[in-house]
Formats: sequence, C-alpha cells, structure tokens
Amino acid sequence: MAGQKKWFKGSTLLVVLFLLAALALPQFVSRYYIQVIAMSFIFAIAVYGLNLMEGYLGLLSLAQAGFFGIGAYMSGLLTLKIHVSFWLALPITALLTAVLAVLIGFISFRTRGHYFVILTLCIGVIINLVIEKWESLTGGVRGLIGIPKPSPLGPLTFNTLESQYYLVLAFLILTVFVMQRVVNSLVGRTFVSIRNSEELAATLGINVMANKLLAFAIAAFFTGMAGALYAGFIRFIGPDVSNPNLTFEFLLYLLIGGQATIAGPIVGTLVASGLTEGLQFFQEYRMVIFGALLMIMVKFFPWGIVGFSKMLWSKYQKHFMKKASEGTATMSTAKGGEI
Amino acid sequence: MILETKSLTKNFGGLTALNHVDFQILEGEIVAIIGPNGAGKSTFFNLIAGFYRPSSGSIAFMGKDMSNTKIHQFARAGIARTFQTTHLFSDGTVMDNLIVGYRLKTKMGFWDAVLHTPRAKREEKESRDKAQKVLEFVELSGVAYEPVSSISQEAAKRLAIGLGLISEPRLLLLDEPAAGINHDETAGLAKLIKKIQGVGITVCLIEHKMQMVMNLADRIMVLNYGSKIAEGAPREINSNPQVIEAYLGGGEHA
Repeated sequence: MAGQKKWFKGSTLLVVLFLLAALALPQFVSRYYIQVIAMSFIFAIAVYGLNLMEGYLGLLSLAQAGFFGIGAYMSGLLTLKIHVSFWLALPITALLTAVLAVLIGFISFRTRGHYFVILTLCIGVIINLVIEKWESLTGGVRGLIGIPKPSPLGPLTFNTLESQYYLVLAFLILTVFVMQRVVNSLVGRTFVSIRNSEELAATLGINVMANKLLAFAIAAFFTGMAGALYAGFIRFIGPDVSNPNLTFEFLLYLLIGGQATIAGPIVGTLVASGLTEGLQFFQEYRMVIFGALLMIMVKFFPWGIVGFSKMLWSKYQKHFMKKASEGTATMSTAKGGEI
Repeated sequence: MILETKSLTKNFGGLTALNHVDFQILEGEIVAIIGPNGAGKSTFFNLIAGFYRPSSGSIAFMGKDMSNTKIHQFARAGIARTFQTTHLFSDGTVMDNLIVGYRLKTKMGFWDAVLHTPRAKREEKESRDKAQKVLEFVELSGVAYEPVSSISQEAAKRLAIGLGLISEPRLLLLDEPAAGINHDETAGLAKLIKKIQGVGITVCLIEHKMQMVMNLADRIMVLNYGSKIAEGAPREINSNPQVIEAYLGGGEHA
C-alpha cells in the first residue's frame, strides 16, 4: 500500500504542475502559441477516445476522424444554420456521435482483429466522402464558413483567444477526469480484460459486445465533442476535418505519448505538435522525420513516452525502496509499465 | 440433478464428434469424463460450457434449457470453466485477474465509475474482499500482487480454478486441471478439488491422469468415438471390458 500512496502523490504533483503551467501559459507566450496549444488540447481530447479503444479495449478504430468530422459539422451546422446555442449544440453533437458509434458498433464488432481495423477505416472514408459530396448540407469542398463563436455562458464570454483557450482547457480537464475515473474502475478493468482475452472475459460472464459498445460510445462522445470544440474555435471547417489522415495523426500522437496510459494522449499530442512547429522549415519533409521517429518509438518504446517514464519510475522505486509493492503494477498500467 | 444432456450431438461438417450422449451430473458430486484422444471429451465440455451450439439434442442446467444461451450467460447461470491450456489475463497481477473474474456479480456501469457512486465504492471493495477470500481458498495469497506472467505453472493452474470459483458457480468444469504439473503438485490439486466439493460446488472434470481420476471421482463417464461407452463408479469403470478395449485396442474398431 505504501508504494501505491507514493506513486499517487508523484502523479498528483505532476497533475498540479501541469495545471498551473496550462493556466499561466497565456501570460507568457505569443498569441500564435496559444492558438497552437489550444489546437493540441482539442486534438488531445480526440486522442483520449482513440486511447480508450486501442489502449484499453485493444481494438484499433480508424473511424475516429470520421467522428471528429461529424462532431465539427453537426455542431457547425446547428450553430450556423439554425442558430442553436453552442452550449446546446455541443452536448447534442457529442451524444448523437455516440449514438452513431453504437449503430456502427453493432455491425463492426462482428469482425475482429485486422478486419475490424479495415472496416472502421472504410467507415471513416465513407463519412469523409459523405461530408465532401453532400453539398446542399455541408457546402461540399467549400466547407462551412463563419461558424459563430461559443456563446456566453452566464458572465463568461468567449470573444478573446485567451478565453477560448481556457474553454478548451476546461473540456480537456473534463475529458481526462472522466477517462481516469472510467479506466481506474471495474468498468476499465473489464475493458482491459477484453483486450487480454475476449474468450476468457466471456467465459467469466462478461458481456463482451455490450462492453465494446460502451467503450466505442464513450470514445465517440469525446471525439465528437472535440470536433464541436474545433468548429467553435477555428470557425471555418472543410471536409478535411474528417479525413482519415487525421485518424493516423491521432494514432501517431497516441503512440508517441503512450497507449493505455492516462497522460499519454496529452503528452503525445503536445510533443508531436511541438515537433511539428519546430520542424516547420522542413515543410513536407518533416513527415520523413516523423516516420523515423514513429519506427523508433514502436521498436524501442512501444508504450510511448509515458509508458517508458513509468517503467523508469517503477525501477527507481524498486531499487531505492526494495519493497516491491502492489501499486506499481496494477492491471491498467501493466501494459505500459512492465514490458 | 444439476445438469442433464439428452441425446446431445455435435457434427463438424461430416464428422460426428459427439453422438447422442445422455448424461446427468448430480448435485454435489465430482464426476470425471475420460476417454482416448479424439473421443469427444472436449467437444462435450465445450457444449456444456456454451462454447459450441449442439447440432441436436439438449442441455438442461437446473431444469433450464441452455441450447441457445450465449457464453457469458452460462457464467451468470452458474456454470464456470477452466481451459486445457491455462487461460489467464496475462497483463495483470494475480489479484487483478480475480477482481475482473468477479465482474459478473457487480452491476456498476459508466456513471457509477464517473461519479464514484456508493455502489461503485462498495462493489470495488467487495471485489477485492472476494478476491482475497478466493486467494486464500486456492492458497495463492503469497503471490497476490505478482504479475501473472511470473508465477509458476502450478500457481497458474490454481489461479485458473480460482477464476472459476470467484463467480460462485454451482457447477465448475475443469479441463485437464493437472496437465503439465508434477506428481506432488497433482496431489495438491486433487486436494483442492475435494475442498471445492466440500463447499458445495459440483465439479466435472476431464483428466488423463488415471490415478487422480480414480481417487477423486464419485462417478466416471467414458467416451469413445463420440459415444458414451460406460458410466459408473471408478471401480466399475476399472473392470469394464469395453473401457479396457477402448483404451488398449480401440484402433481395430474404426
């Protein structure tokens, strides 16, 4: 138990430091970087959805950009065309995206392994095509222009970049909070058991299909929410927001940060965005660097930056405190920590 | 009677793996299924555990027909099983495995998890307490927090049985529980199986280690070429000419 407490304190400290840094950030950096980091936060929310599916449930869904696009367009259309308040459009969008995911899940969870991956990729492509070709609704390749800013919430207004940054940060915190609660509960353990062995999970009385649908719905809820935030933040969207390439970017962020970890998506998204900024002058050649980086990550750090740090930390603990304790190798972290 | 099969049959394409088997498992007994390789033991097991659907015939568990029941509902109905090749959640610790094994007894869902409801807290604690009890029962308390990948083969076998037990089944199906462990460990396992019977759980096992079966089982069913050829107490089976023939000279009767 002592070890568990210790680790808990360590991670609490990191969370507090991150929050302080995130809150203070707009005072210290230029508008450009506030914009970049707010964008990273939005993407990180979507990566949390992918993390729940791929990291915890063990099913790689490549339809995530599709959900992101649906979120962006649905919220964009609701606020632009029928003048629904952003604060109503956002939950409606997130919920409907989750409902759609459940419908897709009924079909796609009949397949497994690579077939599931390919099927979800196809679904992502179909969503992308529908958005691009349904001109009367979505504006086709021209997209939606002039999406309203998030409307005021009581005394809070979101007219400045800083206030929008804090808005996005608040939703990121909400996402991390919910994900953390879910994966550290019996529900999360159930997902991990399905990742480990569907057959054994079913033998133990776990309704595998229902749990997959639940995870997919949660993932889609937050991905759709991220899309809605994107629409309200950028205020111009084109079909590219649902491009399957974006799914692979989410996946890149997840692999860099560390799948099946709670900090992974945010760390990965920030690091990858930072690298993108730093490598601007390479233009499209930066993908060459990303490619090499990805290969190194997958080969040598399969559990990403966070998984690797956790491993170092638990080694350090074992070394200095001799007492190997229960807290360092719980099921939810073992994939990231013990390999 | 806890489980009854009537004329249970399973075809794989043109092959009849199990042919009109009538069998009953009585409440509280230890019953063993034996037979040469390919006799249909595993098929029978997979049928009564819900992994296969019968081609014809029926399975009734405590009077309820199970022919069209899904796998996860078998566990809920009170039938637990282990696998021939020990199946565990390899990512977790011994404790993690057992906690998830208790999941079907818990009801908390997404909102309980997010809001930390009293039910979530109660069930998390209940799962841990129950896991602890099962660990004591299968004598694995010492390795509770070891990763499953680092425990011995015998401990893994015991944990697999523990996973079966934690859902408080009425009937526990053990598929070759003593495969791949040594003589002393086998004796320890036989003791554990007796202990399981002692707490009122009916046990049905497939086993190749004859000595263990003869000492342990109250009743034995012998399968050969998918058909039941004998059923009875160990002593009767031991001296049954058909059984002896099946084991020693089965090849000639193909």
